[in-house]
Amino acid sequence: MEPILRVEHLTHTYGSGTPFERSAVQDLSFQVEAGEFLGVIGHTGSGKSTLIQHLNGLLRPTSGHIYLDGTDIWAKPKEIRQVRFQVGLVFQYPEYQLFEETVYRDIAFGPTNMGLTPEQVDRAVREAAAFAGLSEELLDKSPFELSGGQKRRVAIAGVIAMDPKVLILDEPTAGLDPEGRERLLANIRAYHQAKGNTILLVSHSMDEIARNVDRILVLKDAHVLMSGTPREVFARAEELESAGLDVPQVTRIARALRDRGLAIDPAVYTTEELTAALLALKKGGSAVC
Amino acid sequence: MLKDITLGQYFPGDTLAHRLDPRTKLILVVLYIVALFCAKYFWTYALVALVLAVCVRISRVRLKALVRGLKPVLIIITFTAVLNLFYTKGEEPLWQWHFLSIYPEGILAAVFMVLRITLLIMGTFLLTYTTSPIHLTDGMESLMNPLKKIHVPVHELAMMMSIALRFIPTLIEETDKIMSAQKARGADFESGNLLQRAKAMIPLLVPLFISAFRRADELAVAMECRCYHGGEGRTKLHVLHYAARDYAAMVLGLAFAAGIFVLGRMGL
Ligand SMILES: Nc1ncnc2c1ncn2[C@@H]1O[C@H](COP(=O)(O)OP(=O)(O)O)[C@@H](O)[C@H]1O
Ligand SMILES: [Mg+2]
Repeated sequence: MEPILRVEHLTHTYGSGTPFERSAVQDLSFQVEAGEFLGVIGHTGSGKSTLIQHLNGLLRPTSGHIYLDGTDIWAKPKEIRQVRFQVGLVFQYPEYQLFEETVYRDIAFGPTNMGLTPEQVDRAVREAAAFAGLSEELLDKSPFELSGGQKRRVAIAGVIAMDPKVLILDEPTAGLDPEGRERLLANIRAYHQAKGNTILLVSHSMDEIARNVDRILVLKDAHVLMSGTPREVFARAEELESAGLDVPQVTRIARALRDRGLAIDPAVYTTEELTAALLALKKGGSAVC
Repeated sequence: MLKDITLGQYFPGDTLAHRLDPRTKLILVVLYIVALFCAKYFWTYALVALVLAVCVRISRVRLKALVRGLKPVLIIITFTAVLNLFYTKGEEPLWQWHFLSIYPEGILAAVFMVLRITLLIMGTFLLTYTTSPIHLTDGMESLMNPLKKIHVPVHELAMMMSIALRFIPTLIEETDKIMSAQKARGADFESGNLLQRAKAMIPLLVPLFISAFRRADELAVAMECRCYHGGEGRTKLHVLHYAARDYAAMVLGLAFAAGIFVLGRMGL
């Protein structure tokens, strides 16, 4: 099957021709399968935000190509807006983009730009608000009266309302408290399960990524350091640490136990897995902690 | 695209031009402008250009950076050149077509006007390229100090200016970000007629104003927390001092302006 997104040799250079010239992504190639939940992780400044702004045509590659469903998104530059409706991008701190008088109208901005009929827009807005965890009575409020977390949900709903094939979220949980973070991620997971569309979750927290995604793409200094299932990625903990990234806390515990001589898989990354592994060890009758 | 605005950009360095007291540099720029407006003909313009070239050489600012600063005013320059070209009347037209005519005097006037604007902009840009905004406002505040006697709020004006300068890059970055975010939701800033374009700016301007007010609020609170209460009795961390080089530069500047004035009077 054709991957939904295919990135080939993507390079982007900021400020070319000035003393401040620097490549934020360099010769990047990877694919995203339809329906996949992909995590993109990397240290601050590794090029995550630059990369994802290429996927919906906000930035134009200095060189390289991006294929959406097999067609180069820049084949017809005049129709780049169509790409933006199919690849929805939620920016980092999206709450600062709200501008309408009511939450409802702000969420309706995207679908209206798509040229949908008022009935379709209404359906899209209500559905998106529900996915983003916004209750009906919030829809008539001014977005500026809401709390920070609610504002962010409104902004996310504004993108979900366009019903994109691919939804990209740039550090959606940045600056939220642990509980708000957990609830937002649960909403995103539920949306993924209900719609079955492709999701790219950008983050610099391994714990967050580990528990949610099917596959991880690790960026380091404008390059792809590695990609694979969470298990494959966390098995290469030394390389991750060299990229300034932590493995999840559970993996760290597992590694520490193994270093002390316990026969434990050092790539486990959920509490359940670790508990199961420890119980198995105990039953086996070997060392007891 | 918004990043191309270089207005007020500072290139750090350690040349004589960077080390001069900001007040000296401000006075020199005023003298330079006076000289430029006294210039009459090729000789005097050439002299002004030569002096500017020497200053550029001393400051090691790259010529490319100076020329780039001209880009935003290119339209104004072209417009004045064309106006001067057609509106200056002389005796014998070189060329005529209906009501349009070009006289040799017009060509000269256009050339001089272009030279004057270009030299003016390059000269003032040299000041902002070699002087950090903080020094610049410090210098202005100090030069305008006498105005306090007639109750001009000099310190407050200077503070407002440093804050404005400090936040220009931040606001440009913010504009870029909000624009991208709205484009991601299908906003179209590039097409449509004037009215549609003006309407398309709402999703950009509302968030921008809100964030500017928020920033202003936060900054005000932060300043009050540190007991800021205006200029009264406030001392400076960096006190400005004139050095020997400043006096020398001012004497040279005065001589230069006087020289151009005299030469201009002689019609050179
Ligand atoms: N608009 C821009 N202009 C110039 N440099 C930029 C711009 N945006 C990002 N960069 C630079 O590109 C690099 C990658 O940034 P970014 O893609 O934002 O990384 P991340 O999202 O992983 O933190 C950084 O070094 C940053 O300074
Ligand atoms: Mg980022």
